[in-house]
Amino acid sequence: MIKTAPATTASARMRAAFSEGRLTWSGVALTVFSILVYLFLYAPIILLVIFSFTRDEFGVRWTGFTLDWYIRLFNNPRMMGAAWNTLVVATISTIVSTIIGTLLAMAMERYRFRGRGAVEGLIYLPIVVPEIVMAVALLAFSAIVFDLIKLVTGETLRRSLATVTIGHIAFSISFVVVVVRTSLKNFDRRLEEAAADLGADSWNIFWRITFPLILPGIVGGALLAFTLSLDDFIISLFLSGPGTSLLPVEVYNRVRRAVTPEINAISTLMLLLSMALVAISQLLQRRR
Amino acid sequence: MSDSIAIELRDVVKRFGDVVAVDHVNLQIRDGEFFSLLGPSGCGKTSSLRMIAGFELPTFGSIIIHGREMGITPPHLRPVNTVFQSYALFPHMTVAQNIAFGLEMRKTPKEEIARRVQEALDLVRLSGLEGRRPRQLSGGQQQRVALARALVNHPEVLLLDEPLGALDQKLRKEMQLELKSLQARVGITFVFVTHDQEEALTMSDRIAVMNKGKILQIGTPTEIYERPNCRFVADFIGETNFIDGVVIGRDGNYTVLETPEGLRLRGLASRPLSNGTTATFSIRPEKVRLLTPNGELPPDGIAGTVISVNYIGSDTRITVRINDRRTIDVWEQNTRSTLDRDEYWQPGEAAVIVCPPDNALVLYE
Amino acid sequence: MAMLQQQQQRRDRIRLALLLTPGLLWLILFFALPLVIIFVYSFMSNDALGRVVYEPTLNNYITIFTQSLYINAYWRSIWTSVLTTVICLLIGYPLAVFIARSPQQWRMPLLMLILIPFWTNFLVRIYAWQIILANNGIINGFLELIGVGRLSLLNNEGATLIGLIYGELPFMVLPLYAAIDRFDFTLMEAAADLGANKVQAFLRIMLPMTMPGIVAGSVLVFIPTLGQFVVSELLGGAKVDYLGNLIQRLFLRANPINWPLGSAMAVLMMIVLLVFIMLYFRATTEEER
Repeated sequence: MIKTAPATTASARMRAAFSEGRLTWSGVALTVFSILVYLFLYAPIILLVIFSFTRDEFGVRWTGFTLDWYIRLFNNPRMMGAAWNTLVVATISTIVSTIIGTLLAMAMERYRFRGRGAVEGLIYLPIVVPEIVMAVALLAFSAIVFDLIKLVTGETLRRSLATVTIGHIAFSISFVVVVVRTSLKNFDRRLEEAAADLGADSWNIFWRITFPLILPGIVGGALLAFTLSLDDFIISLFLSGPGTSLLPVEVYNRVRRAVTPEINAISTLMLLLSMALVAISQLLQRRR
Repeated sequence: MSDSIAIELRDVVKRFGDVVAVDHVNLQIRDGEFFSLLGPSGCGKTSSLRMIAGFELPTFGSIIIHGREMGITPPHLRPVNTVFQSYALFPHMTVAQNIAFGLEMRKTPKEEIARRVQEALDLVRLSGLEGRRPRQLSGGQQQRVALARALVNHPEVLLLDEPLGALDQKLRKEMQLELKSLQARVGITFVFVTHDQEEALTMSDRIAVMNKGKILQIGTPTEIYERPNCRFVADFIGETNFIDGVVIGRDGNYTVLETPEGLRLRGLASRPLSNGTTATFSIRPEKVRLLTPNGELPPDGIAGTVISVNYIGSDTRITVRINDRRTIDVWEQNTRSTLDRDEYWQPGEAAVIVCPPDNALVLYE
Repeated sequence: MAMLQQQQQRRDRIRLALLLTPGLLWLILFFALPLVIIFVYSFMSNDALGRVVYEPTLNNYITIFTQSLYINAYWRSIWTSVLTTVICLLIGYPLAVFIARSPQQWRMPLLMLILIPFWTNFLVRIYAWQIILANNGIINGFLELIGVGRLSLLNNEGATLIGLIYGELPFMVLPLYAAIDRFDFTLMEAAADLGANKVQAFLRIMLPMTMPGIVAGSVLVFIPTLGQFVVSELLGGAKVDYLGNLIQRLFLRANPINWPLGSAMAVLMMIVLLVFIMLYFRATTEEER
């Protein structure tokens, strides 16, 4: 193939693309449709961010630029505390569920054992159970457990961030397993055989061959777990106690009463933080 | 082979952005021919095939099938069928359903579909496997299903995109012969794309050798092999010896070439070359004769020394050094048993090679 | 020789145990067990103070099947979930095709772009829709500008649907993308080569082969939608009761709270789901035969 100069003007190029079959009406329609869908997805987000800067105290119109809400936010320990809690819960939940989930995924993909079907069912059950069912189940469970503990030790435990985190981990594990299993399925085991042939023991094989190659899958699962936890409302609502504050619950309570753009401000900050975390993880990945 | 033209490419150009994949290709394929497009990867052969099928549209030029200009006609309305390199069998359908697909699309009545599917299966010798799924078949079987699926529609032309690439050597050779006899039986024009020159030589009625988007030569296998018109074709097809030099004159039908070391070689040129032109002398190893020196140098003879003798089984390949810079490969067919061959060429022996000018070429570029 | 094998087997078994234990323990303790408790509770009753009384009874289930409040909630939730799933499919499939056919280097970013809205808060995004759809909100402002006048966009079923679709779309797109990405588009060329126009090629080849993705996406959308309650409250104006509203009320807000009845509703919801999923699987995988 040799290179020659392309058609010059934009309209000439478009006509060439159409006649060569590279551009089609269905292709254009698909692109336009997809752009509209992305706009649909981002309209609320963009508005959210923009209206975090508006003077309008209801946050529904643009009446001028201000940073007041951010200032008020930083002086609002409850909101900041709630945001911080949410992030901490999400982080812990992600770390624990990713580890547990990866271990499970390896067990399911690499070993044959009796009762495999039952284990598989148990792992995938959380995906099939609606969150509200899980939430009320955990609520009832925690009530019984606290009663038992009170009976045995006299200590009164209450629902707290810990209970929420436990719940988040419980439903995140399954999603991590799904993602990591896909990664493992696509993994070429001959690479491990080659490493063994070159003298690596199973520990080395795992850490230096398998792990780096399934890392994208693990990171994907972790991102999913993080997303699910950060976004979760139902379990947080049912499992948080009087003392704990989580962002979703805070917002829920406020939204039902009176809303100020402080909510916009905190959401914008959360969004930036999450995006920064993902960017960092991508950079770390690329460094390898 | 009739004289009517099945497919014509008229001044076809295909650009992908800045890259020209097919560069002003002109081509006429006759009805009933087994025609191959041969060339290295990226030479434009697959692009040309896809334009005939309708998966790509030419940037410029016309694709004409049996006299009808195809224009922007989409693939599903063209009277051709394709056998894909990856076979592209529908995994969720059985062999029979795969083969029946094209007939279903044309609303053929059910009984006729059943009958023609059975015919197609018999044609490719796969009867009995109707109910299997593609993943249950071997590579060779899948290939034959792809063939049947295309042929059952009685297309005017069958296009094959390197269909034998995924098969192992032995199976490949078997399928080459099978395809050739199939084509002869069915009588449909086959347009076959491959990068394997042996394959093209075995199966084709005519071959078009392509490189960098251009057609370099079109001819029968013997024409392409014995009379390549340029260095690329001579090099791409089979093996050959090349010696560079400068044209210094003519000797009857032959053109004379002088090498930097002063060797004078005679050969046939495909077109008149003026003196002083840089050209390449080309002779195939099996055409070179090897003689023991006996005093006088025969015409077209060059003295040299045997460097290596390689026994291949059916022939022996000998490399002869003729001066500081050049070696010539000579292939001798082992027409008699090599077991009791005690006096044969040894490395270090003096020898004379003879390049009969009738079997030698002088090529430009 | 046998000794080595036995040693290897034992090592393998220990490894397997180590891999399985944390996960199994967590899931059994914090997932399976609570579900069992709920199941048991569904057959209990409660006292005036809202505490569970351990006297087995079928009253809860009878209540659900006989009182229209509950029956309506079930039908409404099922219908809304089906609608949401179908619309998400209609929107998500073309989008997934778009991403799968994009140049390689754009695919990851495009997928991430779908996930990023999820890193704001779910409730806040619902709240943002409130702003958009409000009487003095963006859309109405625009409609006034072009002379159409204000429409009541909020506090109705339509708003609820928008909110649900908005929230579930990524869960439809991701599995669809995975299936479409695996799909070999050469098969579409082969179909065209054999005489199929674009519609036929899609229906006979692409659709059946991406069915696993469709099923996965549909299941992932249908399930959470069935149990939702916040979206209908905030965007639908809390005018009608969905399953989630009733369960939430029974567990948290009612006076007295009625955990057994709520548990029965939850159990029934699970049964509805299982039935739906089984029927769905049966319907879609039979096409393959």
